[in-house]
Amino acid sequence: MRTDLIFLMPEIILLSMACLVLVVDAFSKDPFRKVTYWLTQLSLLLTFFAVIYYSPDYTYVAFNGGFVTDAMSAFLKIFICGITIVVFFYSYEYLKENELLKGEYFTLGLFAVLGMMVMSSAYHLLSIYLGLELLSLSLYAMVAMHRESTFATEAAIKYFVLGALASGMLLYGISMIYGVTGSLQFMEIADTINNGAIDKVYLIYGMTFLIVGMAFKLGAAPFHMWVPDVYQGAPTSVTLFISSAPKLAAFAMTIRILSDGLSPLIEDWQSILTVLAVLSMAVGNIIAIAQTNIKRMLAYSTIAHVGYLFLGLIAGTALGFASSMFYIISYAFMSMVAFGMIILLGRYDLEADNLNDFKGLSTRNSWFAFIMLCLMFSMAGVPPFLGFWSKWFVLKELIASGFIEIAVIAVFFSIIGVYYYLRIIKLMYFDTPETMSAIKATQQMRTVLSINGILILVIGLAPNSLMRICLSAFSV
Amino acid sequence: MDLNNLPILSILIWLPILGGFWVLFIGDQQERMVRQFSFLISIATFFFSALLYYKFDNSFSGMQFVEEFYWIESFSIKYHLGIDGIALPLIMLTTFTTVLVVVAAWEVINTNISYYMSAFLILTGLMNGVFVALDSILFYVFWETMLIPMFLIIGIWGGPNRVYATIKFFLYTFLGSVFMLVALLYLYSITNSFNIQILQEASIGLTAQKLIFIAFFLAFAVKIPMWPVHTWLPDAHVEAPTGGSVVLAAIMLKMGGYGFLRFSLPIAPDASFFFADAMIVLSLIAIVYIGFVALVQEDMKKLIAYSSISHMGFVTLGFFIPFGIFAATNSNASAVMGLEGAMMQMISHGFISAAMFLCVGVMYDRLHSRMIKDYGGVVNSMPYFAAFMMLFAMANSGLPGTSGFVGEFLVILSSFKLNFWIAFTAALTLILGAAYTLWMYKRVIFGEAIRDEVIELEDIDARETFILLLLAGVVLLFGIWPAPLFDVMHVSIEQLTQHISQTKIL
Repeated sequence: MRTDLIFLMPEIILLSMACLVLVVDAFSKDPFRKVTYWLTQLSLLLTFFAVIYYSPDYTYVAFNGGFVTDAMSAFLKIFICGITIVVFFYSYEYLKENELLKGEYFTLGLFAVLGMMVMSSAYHLLSIYLGLELLSLSLYAMVAMHRESTFATEAAIKYFVLGALASGMLLYGISMIYGVTGSLQFMEIADTINNGAIDKVYLIYGMTFLIVGMAFKLGAAPFHMWVPDVYQGAPTSVTLFISSAPKLAAFAMTIRILSDGLSPLIEDWQSILTVLAVLSMAVGNIIAIAQTNIKRMLAYSTIAHVGYLFLGLIAGTALGFASSMFYIISYAFMSMVAFGMIILLGRYDLEADNLNDFKGLSTRNSWFAFIMLCLMFSMAGVPPFLGFWSKWFVLKELIASGFIEIAVIAVFFSIIGVYYYLRIIKLMYFDTPETMSAIKATQQMRTVLSINGILILVIGLAPNSLMRICLSAFSV
Repeated sequence: MDLNNLPILSILIWLPILGGFWVLFIGDQQERMVRQFSFLISIATFFFSALLYYKFDNSFSGMQFVEEFYWIESFSIKYHLGIDGIALPLIMLTTFTTVLVVVAAWEVINTNISYYMSAFLILTGLMNGVFVALDSILFYVFWETMLIPMFLIIGIWGGPNRVYATIKFFLYTFLGSVFMLVALLYLYSITNSFNIQILQEASIGLTAQKLIFIAFFLAFAVKIPMWPVHTWLPDAHVEAPTGGSVVLAAIMLKMGGYGFLRFSLPIAPDASFFFADAMIVLSLIAIVYIGFVALVQEDMKKLIAYSSISHMGFVTLGFFIPFGIFAATNSNASAVMGLEGAMMQMISHGFISAAMFLCVGVMYDRLHSRMIKDYGGVVNSMPYFAAFMMLFAMANSGLPGTSGFVGEFLVILSSFKLNFWIAFTAALTLILGAAYTLWMYKRVIFGEAIRDEVIELEDIDARETFILLLLAGVVLLFGIWPAPLFDVMHVSIEQLTQHISQTKIL
C-alpha cells in the first residue's frame, strides 16, 4: 500500500493544495484575490512537476486495480495541468475586469482538475465515476457563479439536470455491466467477456448506457442539447475552462472504458460511435452556420469536433486512439485561443461574444486579427495549422482501418464547416469596424495569448513532437 | 559558398514567403520601401528560377535538384523537393508573373499596400512549393495553404461582390481538395508511402484506380477548371483585383493541369484510360460551349475568364488524347505531341491571359469600369496601348506566330490521329476564339470615341509599357521559337508517356 501511494502523489499534492487554497481564501481580505490566484497557479505547477517526477515509465496498476499510471495518464495529466494554468491566467484577467473575482472559482477549479486527473488514471468503473462526479459538480457550481445573470443561472440548471441524468445513465450502465461480468475493474471485465459464456445482450445493453453517458459528457449529438446553452450562458472564463481540459479527461474516460474494459465488444461500439460521429459532425457543422453569437457558434463547432474525435476511436487501433488523443489536445489548444480572444476583446459589461464584434478587427488590431485568422483556418482544418494535422491524423487512421465511406462523409461535413469559420475571417478582414476603440487588455494577457496563438501555427509546421507524444501514450 | 550545392528549390519557396512576412513587418507607413523591397524579392526569386533553368539538365528524365529530409518522422513524411521538365517551365512562369504583379500594383494599390505585396509574395512561395513538392502530404499542404492568401486578396481588394466570390472560390476548391486528401491517405494505406514517385510506381487494381481517379479529378478539375465545375472562376476573376486575376489565370489554373500530370495520369493510368472518352467529351464541351458563352459576355474580365476555361479545355484534351492513341496505334509519338501541346498551351495561356487581364486592368484603372459598352474608340486616345492589346488579342485567338498557336495546333494535330471529328470540334475554337476576342477588341478599341471619359484617356506610362513589352516579347518568342521550352520538357514528357502507356494492374 505504501508503494501504491507513491503513484498517487500528484493527486495527493493537488488535494492538499486545494484544501490549503480553500482555507487561505477564506481568510483573505484582498479584493483582487492575489494570494488565492498565485497559490492556485503554484498548486497546478507543483502538480505538473509531480506528475513528471512520480510517473513511472512502466504501467502500474495500484489499489487493487482501481488506479493505473501509464504513459497515457501521465501525458494527459501533464496537459491538463499545463492547459489549466493558462486557462486560469486568462480567467483571472476576465474575472478582474468583470468584477466576478471570487476565490471559489479557483478552488472549484482545482477540485475539477483533481477530478480530471482521477478520470485519466481510473481503471475501475467506480473510480471513473468518482472522478467524473468530482469534475461535474465543480463545473455546475462554476457555471452558476455569476449569480445575477439569468442566462448563467439557466445554463447552470440545465447543465445540472442534464448532467445528473447522464450520470444516472452511466450508473445504470455500470450496474448492468457489473451484473453480467461480476466486476467493475477493466481488465477483469475484458477477461470475463473473453473467457466466459456471457449473455451478450445484457452486456451490450449496459454498454449502450455507458456510451450514452459518455456522449453526454463529451457533448456528442444527439446528446448535445446542453452544450450551446452552457457555452453561451456561462461566464466566458468558465466556458473557456469547460471547453479545454475537461475534454481531455472525458477522452481518457472514453478510451479506458472502450479500449480497455470493453475491447472485446469493439465491433458493437464501433457501430454506435459511427452513428454518434456522423450525427455530431452534421448537427455541429450545419447548425453552427445559423449562429450569431460566437460562443454559441463555438459550442456547435465543439459538437462537430467531438464527431471527428470519435473517428479515431472508430478506427479501433492503437494508432487510431493516438490520433484521437492528438485531436483532443489540439482542440483544447485551439479552444483556449478562441475564448482567450473573446476575453481579450471584451470589456467591462460588454462581452465581445457577438459575431459583429469581430467586424473590421484587422484595422483595429492587425496582430490579433492575424491570430484569429490562424485559429479559424486551423479549426476549419486548413493547412499548415495544427487543426489540419488533427483532422489528417484521424482520417488517416480511419482509412487505414478501412472505413473509407465514413472518411468521405467526414470530409464532406468539414467543407460545410469551413463556411462559418470563413465568415469570421470575412468579418475581420473584409468588413469595416463598427467601433474603432482600442483593445483594452493587459500586456501579460496579450503576450500569453500571442504565444498561445502562434503555437497553433508553429505546431502546425512541426507537428512531429506532439504526434510522437500521442503515439508513445499508446506505445506505438 | 558553393553555388553547386545551393538548395535553389528551398530558396524559391522560402525567399518569397519570408520576404512577404518581412514586407508585412515594414508596414504601410513606409509605402515606398514596401514597393521597392517587394520588387527586389520578386526579382531575386525570378533570378533563382533562371539559375534553375541554367543548371537544368535537359537530357535527364528523373528528378533534379532533389532535397530530401524528414519532416514528420513518425509517419515518414518528408520535406522532399525536386523538379523535372514538367515543373520547371511552370516555376519560371510563376516567378515571372510575380514580377509583373508587383510592378502592376505599383501605383494602383493604395490601401494596405504591405498586406497586398506580402500576400502575393507568400502566394508565390506556396505556388512554387506546389510545383516542387515530391511528397504528397507536403504537396497537399502547399496546395491548400495557397488558398489562404488568394482568399484574402479577392476578399480585401476585390470588387463590390467580392465576399460572395471569394467564399465561393474557397469552398469550391476546398471541396475538390479534401477528396484528394482522402485519395492520398487511401494510397498510403495501400503503398505505405507518401512519396509521389513511389505512388506512381505502385500497382493498383482497376476499381481502386477508378475511385482514386475520381477523387483526384474533383480536386484538379475544379482547379483547372473543367466544365461543369467551372462556375467559381468567372465570379472570382471578375471580383479579384487585377493582380489576383493575373495570378489566378496564369498560375493557379495550371496547378490543376500539373496535378493531372503528376497524380491522376501516372498513379491511375488504367482509370485514366477508362475515363478518357468522358474526359475528352468534357474538354470539347468546355472548348465549344464555353466559347459561345464567352461570346455573349458584356464584362471584359468575365469574357477573358470564359476564354480561359475554353483554352484550358485544350489542356485537358491534350492530356487524355494519348489514351486513345495508345489503343489505336503502337507509336507513342503522337501521344507525346498531345501532351507537349497541352503543356505548351498551359505556359502560353499563362502569358496571354496575364497580358489580357493586365490590359483590362490598365483600362479599369483609368475608367473604373469593366463593361464593354463603357468603352469604344480607345485607340484614339491610347494608340500604343491599342497596339499591345491587338497583339494579345491575336495571341488569345491563336494566331500563328504567337505562342497561343503552338499549343492549340499540336493538340489538334494529335487528336487527328485519334479521330477526325474530335479534331474538327476542337478546331472550332480557332473561329470562336477569334470571334469573341476580336469582337470585344473591336467594340472596345475601335470606332468613334463618344464618351468624354474615353476621349480624355491617357496612354500607357513607362511602367505599364514595361509590363506589356515584357509579355509581348515572351508571347512572340515562344510563338516563333518554342524550341527552348520543348527542349526542357521533352525527355520528361516522353518518360511520362512511356509510363502511362503501361497498365498498372497486375
